Amino acid sequence: MLELQKIVKNYNAGTVNEMCLFDGFDLSIEKGEFVSVVGSNGSGKTSMLNIICGSIPVDGGRILLEGKDITRHTEYARAKYIGRVFQNPAAGTCPSLTIYENMSLADNKSGLFGLSRGVNKRRYEAYRELLAGIGLGLEDKMETKVGVLSGGQRQAMALIMSTLTPIDFLILDEHTAALDPKTADTIMRLTDRIVREKGVTTVMVTHNLRYAVEYGSRLVMMHEGRAILDKSGEEKKGTTVDEILQLFTEISIECGN
Amino acid sequence: MSVSLIVGIFEQGFIFALMALGVYITYRILDFPDLSVDGTFPLGAAITAALITRGMDPWLTLLVATLAGAAAGVVTGLIHVKIGVKDLLSGIITMTGLYSVNLMIAGSPNLPIFNYDNIFTSGLGGVLEGIVPGFGTVLLALLLAVACKYLMDWYLGTKSGLLLRAVGDNKLFVTYLGRDEGFVKIVGLAIANALAALSGAVLCQQQRVFDISSGTGTIVMGLAMVIIGTNLFRRSRLRPTAMVLIGAILYRAVIAIVLFLGINPNFMKLVMALLLLLILAYTHRKKGGARRA
Repeated sequence: MLELQKIVKNYNAGTVNEMCLFDGFDLSIEKGEFVSVVGSNGSGKTSMLNIICGSIPVDGGRILLEGKDITRHTEYARAKYIGRVFQNPAAGTCPSLTIYENMSLADNKSGLFGLSRGVNKRRYEAYRELLAGIGLGLEDKMETKVGVLSGGQRQAMALIMSTLTPIDFLILDEHTAALDPKTADTIMRLTDRIVREKGVTTVMVTHNLRYAVEYGSRLVMMHEGRAILDKSGEEKKGTTVDEILQLFTEISIECGN
Repeated sequence: MSVSLIVGIFEQGFIFALMALGVYITYRILDFPDLSVDGTFPLGAAITAALITRGMDPWLTLLVATLAGAAAGVVTGLIHVKIGVKDLLSGIITMTGLYSVNLMIAGSPNLPIFNYDNIFTSGLGGVLEGIVPGFGTVLLALLLAVACKYLMDWYLGTKSGLLLRAVGDNKLFVTYLGRDEGFVKIVGLAIANALAALSGAVLCQQQRVFDISSGTGTIVMGLAMVIIGTNLFRRSRLRPTAMVLIGAILYRAVIAIVLFLGINPNFMKLVMALLLLLILAYTHRKKGGARRA
Protein backbone atom coordinates (compact mmCIF):
# COMPACT_ATOMS: atom_id res chain seq x y z
CA MET A 1 0.00 0.00 0.00
CA LEU A 2 1.16 3.50 -0.86
CA GLU A 3 0.07 6.38 1.35
CA LEU A 4 0.45 10.09 0.83
CA GLN A 5 -0.13 11.70 4.23
CA LYS A 6 -0.83 15.40 4.74
CA ILE A 7 1.29 16.38 1.74
CA VAL A 8 2.15 20.09 1.52
CA LYS A 9 3.59 21.48 -1.70
CA ASN A 10 4.18 25.15 -2.50
CA TYR A 11 5.56 26.53 -5.73
CA ASN A 12 7.69 29.70 -5.92
CA ALA A 13 7.85 29.94 -2.11
CA GLY A 14 8.89 33.39 -0.88
CA THR A 15 8.01 35.20 -4.10
CA VAL A 16 4.92 37.17 -5.18
CA ASN A 17 4.02 34.19 -7.36
CA GLU A 18 3.83 31.85 -4.35
CA MET A 19 1.22 29.21 -5.01
CA CYS A 20 0.06 26.54 -2.59
CA LEU A 21 -0.86 23.43 -4.58
CA PHE A 22 -1.25 20.82 -1.84
CA ASP A 23 -2.14 21.75 1.72
CA GLY A 24 -2.64 18.52 3.61
CA PHE A 25 -3.33 16.20 0.67
CA ASP A 26 -4.11 12.58 1.57
CA LEU A 27 -4.36 9.61 -0.75
CA SER A 28 -3.83 5.92 -0.25
CA ILE A 29 -3.52 3.36 -2.99
CA GLU A 30 -4.13 -0.31 -2.24
CA LYS A 31 -1.99 -3.06 -3.68
CA GLY A 32 -3.32 -4.19 -7.06
CA GLU A 33 -5.43 -1.12 -7.70
CA PHE A 34 -5.47 0.54 -11.14
CA VAL A 35 -6.20 4.20 -10.42
CA SER A 36 -7.15 6.58 -13.23
CA VAL A 37 -6.62 10.21 -12.32
CA VAL A 38 -8.31 13.04 -14.22
CA GLY A 39 -8.47 16.78 -13.62
CA SER A 40 -7.92 20.12 -15.27
CA ASN A 41 -4.51 21.63 -15.93
CA GLY A 42 -2.89 22.76 -12.70
CA SER A 43 -5.09 20.52 -10.57
CA GLY A 44 -2.06 18.71 -9.21
CA LYS A 45 -2.20 15.41 -11.14
CA THR A 46 1.32 15.45 -12.49
CA SER A 47 2.70 17.02 -9.30
CA MET A 48 1.19 14.08 -7.41
CA LEU A 49 3.00 11.60 -9.67
CA ASN A 50 6.23 13.58 -9.29
CA ILE A 51 5.83 13.47 -5.51
CA ILE A 52 5.23 9.70 -5.55
CA CYS A 53 8.31 9.18 -7.75
CA GLY A 54 10.50 11.64 -5.86
CA SER A 55 11.09 13.90 -8.89
CA ILE A 56 10.14 16.92 -6.76
CA PRO A 57 10.54 17.37 -2.99
CA VAL A 58 7.56 17.98 -0.69
CA ASP A 59 7.32 20.86 1.80
CA GLY A 60 5.48 18.77 4.35
CA GLY A 61 3.82 15.42 4.95
CA ARG A 62 4.98 11.85 4.48
CA ILE A 63 5.03 9.23 1.77
CA LEU A 64 4.72 5.68 3.06
CA LEU A 65 5.23 2.50 1.07
CA GLU A 66 4.05 -0.62 2.91
CA GLY A 67 4.32 1.46 6.06
CA LYS A 68 7.90 2.49 5.36
CA ASP A 69 8.68 6.20 5.12
CA ILE A 70 10.24 6.92 1.71
CA THR A 71 9.75 10.72 1.77
CA ARG A 72 13.50 11.40 1.69
CA HIS A 73 14.45 8.69 -0.79
CA THR A 74 15.92 9.90 -4.10
CA GLU A 75 14.15 9.44 -7.40
CA TYR A 76 16.58 6.76 -8.61
CA ALA A 77 16.31 4.83 -5.34
CA ARG A 78 12.50 4.74 -5.62
CA ALA A 79 12.80 3.81 -9.29
CA LYS A 80 14.01 0.37 -8.17
CA TYR A 81 10.38 -0.50 -7.45
CA ILE A 82 8.63 2.05 -9.69
CA GLY A 83 8.24 1.90 -13.47
CA ARG A 84 7.20 5.09 -15.23
CA VAL A 85 6.01 5.91 -18.72
CA PHE A 86 6.01 9.57 -19.70
CA GLN A 87 3.89 11.67 -22.03
CA ASN A 88 6.88 12.17 -24.32
CA PRO A 89 7.56 8.87 -26.14
CA ALA A 90 11.26 9.85 -26.35
CA ALA A 91 11.58 9.80 -22.56
CA GLY A 92 11.21 6.06 -22.05
CA THR A 93 13.91 4.73 -24.40
CA CYS A 94 17.45 5.52 -25.58
CA PRO A 95 17.40 6.74 -29.19
CA SER A 96 21.00 5.94 -30.14
CA LEU A 97 20.89 2.40 -28.77
CA THR A 98 19.30 -0.52 -30.62
CA ILE A 99 16.03 -2.18 -29.61
CA TYR A 100 18.05 -5.18 -28.38
CA GLU A 101 20.31 -2.93 -26.26
CA ASN A 102 17.33 -1.01 -24.89
CA MET A 103 15.55 -4.22 -23.90
CA SER A 104 18.73 -5.62 -22.30
CA LEU A 105 19.23 -2.44 -20.26
CA ALA A 106 15.63 -2.42 -19.06
CA ASP A 107 15.86 -6.12 -18.23
CA ASN A 108 18.82 -5.42 -15.95
CA LYS A 109 16.98 -2.76 -13.95
CA SER A 110 18.20 -2.59 -10.37
CA GLY A 111 20.81 -5.21 -11.23
CA LEU A 112 24.55 -4.75 -11.21
CA PHE A 113 25.75 -2.74 -14.20
CA GLY A 114 29.19 -4.27 -14.16
CA LEU A 115 31.62 -5.52 -16.77
CA SER A 116 29.64 -8.48 -18.05
CA ARG A 117 28.29 -8.35 -21.59
CA GLY A 118 25.72 -5.60 -22.05
CA VAL A 119 23.24 -7.41 -24.27
CA ASN A 120 21.60 -10.53 -22.92
CA LYS A 121 21.90 -13.32 -25.51
CA ARG A 122 19.98 -15.84 -23.46
CA ARG A 123 16.99 -13.50 -23.35
CA TYR A 124 17.11 -12.54 -27.05
CA GLU A 125 14.24 -14.82 -28.04
CA ALA A 126 12.21 -13.79 -24.99
CA TYR A 127 12.56 -10.13 -25.99
CA ARG A 128 11.47 -10.94 -29.54
CA GLU A 129 8.42 -12.78 -28.24
CA LEU A 130 7.47 -9.88 -25.98
CA LEU A 131 7.83 -7.41 -28.86
CA ALA A 132 5.87 -9.69 -31.19
CA GLY A 133 3.04 -9.50 -28.66
CA ILE A 134 2.62 -5.78 -29.35
CA GLY A 135 1.97 -6.50 -33.01
CA LEU A 136 4.04 -3.64 -34.42
CA GLY A 137 6.70 -5.78 -36.08
CA LEU A 138 9.43 -4.60 -33.70
CA GLU A 139 10.64 -8.17 -33.15
CA ASP A 140 12.26 -8.10 -36.59
CA LYS A 141 14.11 -4.85 -35.89
CA MET A 142 16.23 -5.91 -32.92
CA GLU A 143 19.35 -4.22 -34.34
CA THR A 144 17.52 -1.02 -35.32
CA LYS A 145 18.24 2.16 -33.38
CA VAL A 146 15.20 3.19 -31.36
CA GLY A 147 15.60 6.81 -32.52
CA VAL A 148 14.18 5.96 -35.96
CA LEU A 149 10.97 4.42 -34.58
CA SER A 150 7.65 6.27 -34.52
CA GLY A 151 6.21 7.79 -31.35
CA GLY A 152 3.70 4.96 -30.98
CA GLN A 153 6.35 2.26 -31.44
CA ARG A 154 8.60 3.95 -28.90
CA GLN A 155 5.77 4.34 -26.40
CA ALA A 156 4.88 0.66 -26.79
CA MET A 157 8.53 -0.20 -26.13
CA ALA A 158 8.64 2.15 -23.14
CA LEU A 159 5.63 0.36 -21.71
CA ILE A 160 7.06 -3.12 -22.26
CA MET A 161 10.45 -2.03 -20.90
CA SER A 162 9.11 -0.36 -17.76
CA THR A 163 7.39 -3.61 -16.77
CA LEU A 164 10.12 -6.03 -17.86
CA THR A 165 11.38 -6.52 -14.32
CA PRO A 166 9.12 -6.99 -11.27
CA ILE A 167 7.99 -3.58 -9.99
CA ASP A 168 5.55 -2.56 -7.24
CA PHE A 169 4.20 0.48 -9.06
CA LEU A 170 3.53 1.48 -12.60
CA ILE A 171 3.18 5.23 -13.10
CA LEU A 172 1.59 6.38 -16.36
CA ASP A 173 2.02 10.10 -16.88
CA GLU A 174 -0.44 11.05 -19.67
CA HIS A 175 1.27 8.34 -21.66
CA THR A 176 -1.19 8.42 -24.58
CA ALA A 177 -1.47 12.22 -24.84
CA ALA A 178 1.19 12.69 -27.53
CA LEU A 179 -0.14 9.95 -29.82
CA ASP A 180 -2.73 9.97 -32.61
CA PRO A 181 -6.17 8.59 -31.54
CA LYS A 182 -5.70 5.19 -33.14
CA THR A 183 -2.22 4.66 -31.73
CA ALA A 184 -3.42 5.95 -28.37
CA ASP A 185 -6.13 3.25 -28.36
CA THR A 186 -3.56 0.59 -29.21
CA ILE A 187 -1.27 1.73 -26.39
CA MET A 188 -4.18 1.91 -23.96
CA ARG A 189 -5.26 -1.67 -24.75
CA LEU A 190 -1.65 -2.82 -24.39
CA THR A 191 -1.47 -0.99 -21.05
CA ASP A 192 -4.60 -2.73 -19.79
CA ARG A 193 -3.29 -6.12 -20.86
CA ILE A 194 0.10 -5.61 -19.18
CA VAL A 195 -1.47 -4.31 -15.97
CA ARG A 196 -3.79 -7.34 -15.82
CA GLU A 197 -1.05 -9.87 -16.66
CA LYS A 198 1.40 -8.48 -14.12
CA GLY A 199 -1.20 -7.46 -11.55
CA VAL A 200 0.91 -4.38 -10.89
CA THR A 201 -0.47 -1.46 -8.89
CA THR A 202 -0.97 1.34 -11.39
CA VAL A 203 -1.60 5.08 -11.29
CA MET A 204 -2.55 6.58 -14.62
CA VAL A 205 -2.99 10.30 -15.20
CA THR A 206 -5.00 11.04 -18.34
CA HIS A 207 -6.94 13.79 -20.04
CA ASN A 208 -8.97 11.20 -21.88
CA LEU A 209 -12.16 10.78 -19.83
CA ARG A 210 -13.18 7.72 -21.82
CA TYR A 211 -9.98 5.89 -20.87
CA ALA A 212 -10.47 6.95 -17.26
CA VAL A 213 -13.99 5.52 -17.22
CA GLU A 214 -13.34 2.39 -19.29
CA TYR A 215 -10.07 1.29 -17.73
CA GLY A 216 -8.94 0.89 -14.17
CA SER A 217 -10.55 -0.13 -10.90
CA ARG A 218 -10.72 3.30 -9.35
CA LEU A 219 -11.33 6.82 -10.62
CA VAL A 220 -10.05 9.98 -8.97
CA MET A 221 -10.79 13.51 -10.11
CA MET A 222 -8.49 16.22 -8.83
CA HIS A 223 -9.16 19.90 -8.51
CA GLU A 224 -7.00 22.57 -6.88
CA GLY A 225 -4.90 20.05 -5.02
CA ARG A 226 -7.79 17.96 -3.68
CA ALA A 227 -9.47 14.75 -4.77
CA ILE A 228 -13.04 15.93 -5.39
CA LEU A 229 -14.21 12.57 -6.67
CA ASP A 230 -12.98 9.12 -5.71
CA LYS A 231 -14.91 6.07 -6.90
CA SER A 232 -13.93 2.44 -6.92
CA GLY A 233 -15.44 -1.00 -7.30
CA GLU A 234 -19.11 -1.21 -8.34
CA GLU A 235 -19.49 2.53 -7.91
CA LYS A 236 -16.73 3.09 -10.48
CA LYS A 237 -18.26 0.60 -12.91
CA GLY A 238 -21.53 2.54 -12.95
CA THR A 239 -19.80 5.83 -13.78
CA THR A 240 -20.29 7.24 -17.28
CA VAL A 241 -18.24 9.68 -19.31
CA ASP A 242 -21.18 12.11 -19.28
CA GLU A 243 -21.25 12.19 -15.49
CA ILE A 244 -17.54 12.96 -15.31
CA LEU A 245 -17.82 15.55 -18.06
CA GLN A 246 -20.68 17.20 -16.16
CA LEU A 247 -18.59 17.46 -13.01
CA PHE A 248 -15.66 18.68 -15.06
CA THR A 249 -17.73 21.47 -16.56
CA GLU A 250 -19.04 22.51 -13.14
CA ILE A 251 -15.59 22.94 -11.64
CA SER A 252 -14.39 24.74 -14.75
CA ILE A 253 -17.24 27.26 -14.46
CA GLU A 254 -16.37 27.75 -10.80
CA CYS A 255 -12.86 28.66 -11.91
CA GLY A 256 -14.21 31.03 -14.52
CA ASN A 257 -12.82 29.03 -17.43
CA MET B 1 57.81 15.04 -47.64
CA SER B 2 60.38 12.76 -46.11
CA VAL B 3 59.77 9.35 -44.55
CA SER B 4 60.59 10.69 -41.10
CA LEU B 5 57.95 13.36 -41.50
CA ILE B 6 55.30 10.77 -42.36
CA VAL B 7 56.43 8.50 -39.53
CA GLY B 8 56.17 11.55 -37.26
CA ILE B 9 52.57 12.10 -38.31
CA PHE B 10 51.66 8.54 -37.32
CA GLU B 11 53.64 8.69 -34.06
CA GLN B 12 51.84 11.84 -32.94
CA GLY B 13 48.54 10.69 -34.41
CA PHE B 14 48.51 7.45 -32.42
CA ILE B 15 49.63 9.17 -29.22
CA PHE B 16 47.05 11.97 -29.43
CA ALA B 17 44.44 9.40 -30.45
CA LEU B 18 44.43 8.13 -26.85
CA MET B 19 43.26 11.59 -25.74
CA ALA B 20 40.80 11.79 -28.64
CA LEU B 21 39.22 8.50 -27.51
CA GLY B 22 38.64 10.18 -24.15
CA VAL B 23 37.15 13.26 -25.80
CA TYR B 24 34.87 10.92 -27.77
CA ILE B 25 33.44 9.68 -24.45
CA THR B 26 32.71 13.14 -23.06
CA TYR B 27 31.74 14.98 -26.24
CA ARG B 28 29.89 12.30 -28.19
CA ILE B 29 28.68 9.82 -25.58
CA LEU B 30 28.06 12.01 -22.53
CA ASP B 31 27.33 15.23 -24.48
CA PHE B 32 29.55 16.93 -21.90
CA PRO B 33 31.96 19.58 -23.26
CA ASP B 34 34.80 18.73 -20.89
CA LEU B 35 37.64 21.23 -20.84
CA SER B 36 39.45 19.39 -18.02
CA VAL B 37 41.52 17.60 -20.67
CA ASP B 38 43.52 20.82 -21.18
CA GLY B 39 44.70 20.23 -17.61
CA THR B 40 44.74 16.42 -17.42
CA PHE B 41 46.82 16.01 -20.59
CA PRO B 42 49.80 17.96 -19.13
CA LEU B 43 49.03 16.40 -15.72
CA GLY B 44 49.95 13.04 -17.20
CA ALA B 45 53.08 14.58 -18.72
CA ALA B 46 54.11 16.24 -15.44
CA ILE B 47 53.66 13.03 -13.45
CA THR B 48 55.57 10.82 -15.87
CA ALA B 49 58.44 13.35 -16.13
CA ALA B 50 58.66 13.89 -12.37
CA LEU B 51 58.59 10.15 -11.61
CA ILE B 52 61.06 9.19 -14.34
CA THR B 53 63.59 11.69 -12.99
CA ARG B 54 63.13 9.99 -9.60
CA GLY B 55 63.98 6.65 -11.15
CA MET B 56 60.57 4.99 -11.47
CA ASP B 57 59.97 2.45 -14.24
CA PRO B 58 58.58 4.40 -17.26
CA TRP B 59 55.67 1.95 -17.74
CA LEU B 60 54.73 2.28 -14.08
CA THR B 61 54.70 6.07 -14.41
CA LEU B 62 52.09 5.68 -17.16
CA LEU B 63 49.88 3.79 -14.72
CA VAL B 64 50.25 6.50 -12.08
CA ALA B 65 49.54 9.22 -14.66
CA THR B 66 46.41 7.39 -15.86
CA LEU B 67 45.07 7.02 -12.32
CA ALA B 68 45.77 10.69 -11.58
CA GLY B 69 43.89 11.67 -14.75
CA ALA B 70 40.93 9.56 -13.62
CA ALA B 71 40.98 11.28 -10.23
CA ALA B 72 40.97 14.71 -11.90
CA GLY B 73 37.99 13.59 -14.01
CA VAL B 74 36.20 12.58 -10.83
CA VAL B 75 36.85 16.09 -9.45
CA THR B 76 35.23 17.69 -12.53
CA GLY B 77 32.33 15.26 -12.17
CA LEU B 78 31.84 16.03 -8.49
CA ILE B 79 31.91 19.79 -9.14
CA HIS B 80 29.22 19.31 -11.78
CA VAL B 81 27.06 16.66 -10.13
CA LYS B 82 27.32 17.47 -6.42
CA ILE B 83 27.69 21.27 -6.49
CA GLY B 84 25.59 21.74 -9.60
CA VAL B 85 28.08 23.86 -11.58
CA LYS B 86 27.47 23.92 -15.36
CA ASP B 87 29.39 21.26 -17.32
CA LEU B 88 31.59 23.73 -19.23
CA LEU B 89 32.48 25.68 -16.07
CA SER B 90 33.25 22.52 -14.07
CA GLY B 91 35.90 21.61 -16.62
CA ILE B 92 37.33 25.13 -16.65
CA ILE B 93 37.67 25.10 -12.86
CA THR B 94 39.54 21.78 -12.89
CA MET B 95 41.70 22.83 -15.82
CA THR B 96 42.68 26.12 -14.18
CA GLY B 97 43.48 24.48 -10.86
CA LEU B 98 45.52 21.77 -12.55
CA TYR B 99 47.85 24.36 -14.11
CA SER B 100 49.33 25.07 -10.68
CA VAL B 101 49.19 21.42 -9.67
CA ASN B 102 51.14 20.47 -12.80
CA LEU B 103 53.79 23.12 -12.08
CA MET B 104 54.07 21.83 -8.53
CA ILE B 105 54.46 18.21 -9.66
CA ALA B 106 57.07 18.94 -12.34
CA GLY B 107 58.81 21.60 -10.23
CA SER B 108 59.29 23.86 -13.25
CA PRO B 109 57.47 24.83 -16.46
CA ASN B 110 59.98 22.79 -18.39
CA LEU B 111 61.45 19.46 -17.28
CA PRO B 112 63.70 17.61 -19.73
CA ILE B 113 64.05 13.82 -19.37
CA PHE B 114 66.57 13.26 -22.17
CA ASN B 115 68.97 11.46 -19.90
CA TYR B 116 66.51 8.84 -18.70
CA ASP B 117 65.17 5.65 -20.22
CA ASN B 118 61.56 5.75 -21.40
CA ILE B 119 59.06 3.28 -22.86
CA PHE B 120 60.41 3.97 -26.36
CA THR B 121 64.06 3.36 -25.54
CA SER B 122 63.83 0.49 -23.05
CA GLY B 123 61.91 -2.77 -22.76
CA LEU B 124 59.38 -3.44 -25.53
CA GLY B 125 60.09 -0.09 -27.20
CA GLY B 126 63.80 -0.83 -27.27
CA VAL B 127 63.21 -4.30 -28.74
CA LEU B 128 60.94 -2.88 -31.49
CA GLU B 129 63.51 -0.21 -32.28
CA GLY B 130 66.16 -2.94 -32.49
CA ILE B 131 64.12 -4.96 -34.99
CA VAL B 132 63.03 -2.08 -37.22
CA PRO B 133 65.35 0.88 -36.57
CA GLY B 134 63.56 4.20 -36.95
CA PHE B 135 60.10 2.68 -36.62
CA GLY B 136 60.17 1.46 -32.99
CA THR B 137 58.39 4.54 -31.66
CA VAL B 138 55.60 4.51 -34.21
CA LEU B 139 55.04 0.76 -33.71
CA LEU B 140 54.78 1.10 -29.94
CA ALA B 141 52.45 4.09 -30.30
CA LEU B 142 50.32 2.02 -32.69
CA LEU B 143 50.21 -0.86 -30.20
CA LEU B 144 49.11 1.49 -27.41
CA ALA B 145 46.42 3.16 -29.53
CA VAL B 146 45.02 -0.13 -30.81
CA ALA B 147 45.07 -1.66 -27.31
CA CYS B 148 43.13 1.32 -25.92
CA LYS B 149 40.71 1.21 -28.85
CA TYR B 150 39.87 -2.46 -28.29
CA LEU B 151 39.68 -1.97 -24.53
CA MET B 152 37.17 0.82 -25.08
CA ASP B 153 35.16 -1.23 -27.61
CA TRP B 154 34.95 -4.00 -25.07
CA TYR B 155 33.96 -1.63 -22.27
CA LEU B 156 31.24 0.11 -24.29
CA GLY B 157 29.71 -3.32 -24.90
CA THR B 158 29.51 -4.20 -21.21
CA LYS B 159 26.54 -3.40 -18.99
CA SER B 160 28.46 -0.51 -17.43
CA GLY B 161 29.38 0.78 -20.89
CA LEU B 162 25.81 0.48 -22.12
CA LEU B 163 24.66 2.50 -19.11
CA LEU B 164 27.27 5.16 -19.96
CA ARG B 165 25.90 5.39 -23.50
CA ALA B 166 22.37 5.56 -22.11
CA VAL B 167 23.15 8.47 -19.77
CA GLY B 168 24.21 10.74 -22.64
CA ASP B 169 21.12 9.69 -24.55
CA ASN B 170 18.44 9.92 -21.90
CA LYS B 171 19.26 10.75 -18.26
CA LEU B 172 15.71 10.09 -17.13
CA PHE B 173 15.88 6.57 -18.53
CA VAL B 174 18.95 5.83 -16.42
CA THR B 175 17.22 7.24 -13.34
CA TYR B 176 14.29 4.87 -13.94
CA LEU B 177 16.71 1.96 -14.24
CA GLY B 178 17.30 2.71 -10.57
CA ARG B 179 20.79 4.17 -11.16
CA ASP B 180 22.20 7.54 -10.14
CA GLU B 181 22.82 9.30 -13.45
CA GLY B 182 25.31 11.64 -11.75
CA PHE B 183 27.47 8.68 -10.75
CA VAL B 184 27.47 7.29 -14.29
CA LYS B 185 28.58 10.69 -15.60
CA ILE B 186 31.45 10.78 -13.09
CA VAL B 187 32.59 7.34 -14.27
CA GLY B 188 32.59 8.61 -17.87
CA LEU B 189 34.60 11.70 -16.96
CA ALA B 190 37.09 9.55 -15.05
CA ILE B 191 37.70 7.28 -18.05
CA ALA B 192 37.97 10.23 -20.47
CA ASN B 193 40.50 12.08 -18.35
CA ALA B 194 42.45 8.91 -17.58
CA LEU B 195 42.95 8.53 -21.34
CA ALA B 196 43.92 12.21 -21.70
CA ALA B 197 46.53 11.90 -18.95
CA LEU B 198 47.87 8.67 -20.45
CA SER B 199 48.15 10.41 -23.81
CA GLY B 200 50.00 13.36 -22.24
CA ALA B 201 52.38 11.01 -20.43
CA VAL B 202 53.19 9.00 -23.55
CA LEU B 203 53.75 12.19 -25.57
CA CYS B 204 56.05 13.52 -22.85
CA GLN B 205 58.15 10.35 -23.02
CA GLN B 206 58.28 10.51 -26.81
CA GLN B 207 59.27 14.21 -26.77
CA ARG B 208 61.52 13.60 -23.74
CA VAL B 209 60.49 16.82 -22.13
CA PHE B 210 57.62 18.09 -20.00
CA ASP B 211 56.30 21.45 -21.12
CA ILE B 212 53.57 23.21 -19.11
CA SER B 213 52.14 24.75 -22.28
CA SER B 214 51.66 21.32 -23.92
CA GLY B 215 48.09 21.20 -22.60
CA THR B 216 46.85 24.41 -24.19
CA GLY B 217 44.43 23.59 -26.98
CA THR B 218 44.21 19.87 -26.19
CA ILE B 219 40.41 19.96 -26.22
CA VAL B 220 40.40 21.84 -29.53
CA MET B 221 42.63 19.18 -31.05
CA GLY B 222 40.63 16.33 -29.50
CA LEU B 223 37.33 17.71 -30.74
CA ALA B 224 38.72 18.23 -34.23
CA MET B 225 40.01 14.63 -34.31
CA VAL B 226 36.70 13.22 -33.10
CA ILE B 227 34.59 15.31 -35.46
CA ILE B 228 36.82 14.67 -38.50
CA GLY B 229 36.80 10.93 -37.84
CA THR B 230 33.15 10.44 -36.98
CA ASN B 231 31.83 12.67 -39.76
CA LEU B 232 34.09 11.50 -42.54
CA PHE B 233 33.27 7.84 -41.93
CA ARG B 234 29.67 8.27 -40.81
CA ARG B 235 28.40 6.04 -43.58
CA SER B 236 31.07 3.38 -43.12
CA ARG B 237 30.73 0.24 -41.03
CA LEU B 238 33.71 1.20 -38.88
CA ARG B 239 33.28 1.40 -35.13
CA PRO B 240 33.34 4.98 -33.78
CA THR B 241 36.59 4.24 -31.93
CA ALA B 242 38.26 3.30 -35.24
CA MET B 243 36.90 6.49 -36.79
CA VAL B 244 38.45 8.53 -33.95
CA LEU B 245 41.81 6.80 -34.50
CA ILE B 246 41.78 7.63 -38.21
CA GLY B 247 40.55 11.15 -37.45
CA ALA B 248 43.57 11.66 -35.19
CA ILE B 249 46.00 10.61 -37.93
CA LEU B 250 44.30 12.82 -40.53
CA TYR B 251 44.38 15.78 -38.16
CA ARG B 252 48.10 15.36 -37.47
CA ALA B 253 48.66 15.07 -41.22
CA VAL B 254 46.95 18.42 -41.80
CA ILE B 255 49.05 20.00 -39.05
CA ALA B 256 52.23 18.50 -40.51
CA ILE B 257 51.37 19.82 -43.97
CA VAL B 258 50.73 23.30 -42.55
CA LEU B 259 54.13 23.21 -40.82
CA PHE B 260 55.74 21.78 -43.95
CA LEU B 261 54.44 24.74 -45.92
CA GLY B 262 56.64 26.86 -43.71
CA ILE B 263 54.09 28.59 -41.52
CA ASN B 264 55.45 30.32 -38.41
CA PRO B 265 54.96 27.87 -35.48
CA ASN B 266 53.66 30.83 -33.44
CA PHE B 267 50.53 30.69 -35.57
CA MET B 268 49.98 26.99 -34.81
CA LYS B 269 47.22 27.47 -32.22
CA LEU B 270 45.47 29.91 -34.54
CA VAL B 271 45.62 27.32 -37.31
CA MET B 272 44.25 24.69 -34.92
CA ALA B 273 41.37 26.94 -33.85
CA LEU B 274 40.49 27.86 -37.43
CA LEU B 275 40.70 24.22 -38.48
CA LEU B 276 38.16 23.23 -35.80
CA LEU B 277 35.92 26.15 -36.79
CA LEU B 278 36.10 25.04 -40.41
CA ILE B 279 35.16 21.47 -39.55
CA LEU B 280 32.29 22.61 -37.34
CA ALA B 281 30.98 25.00 -39.99
CA TYR B 282 31.13 22.23 -42.58
CA THR B 283 29.37 19.59 -40.47
CA HIS B 284 26.84 22.19 -39.34
CA ARG B 285 25.99 23.05 -42.93
CA LYS B 286 25.60 19.40 -43.86
CA LYS B 287 23.11 18.88 -41.06
CA GLY B 288 21.11 21.83 -42.36
CA GLY B 289 22.14 23.92 -39.40
CA ALA B 290 19.61 22.12 -37.25
CA ARG B 291 21.87 20.70 -34.62
CA ARG B 292 24.41 22.55 -32.56
CA ALA B 293 27.78 20.95 -33.14
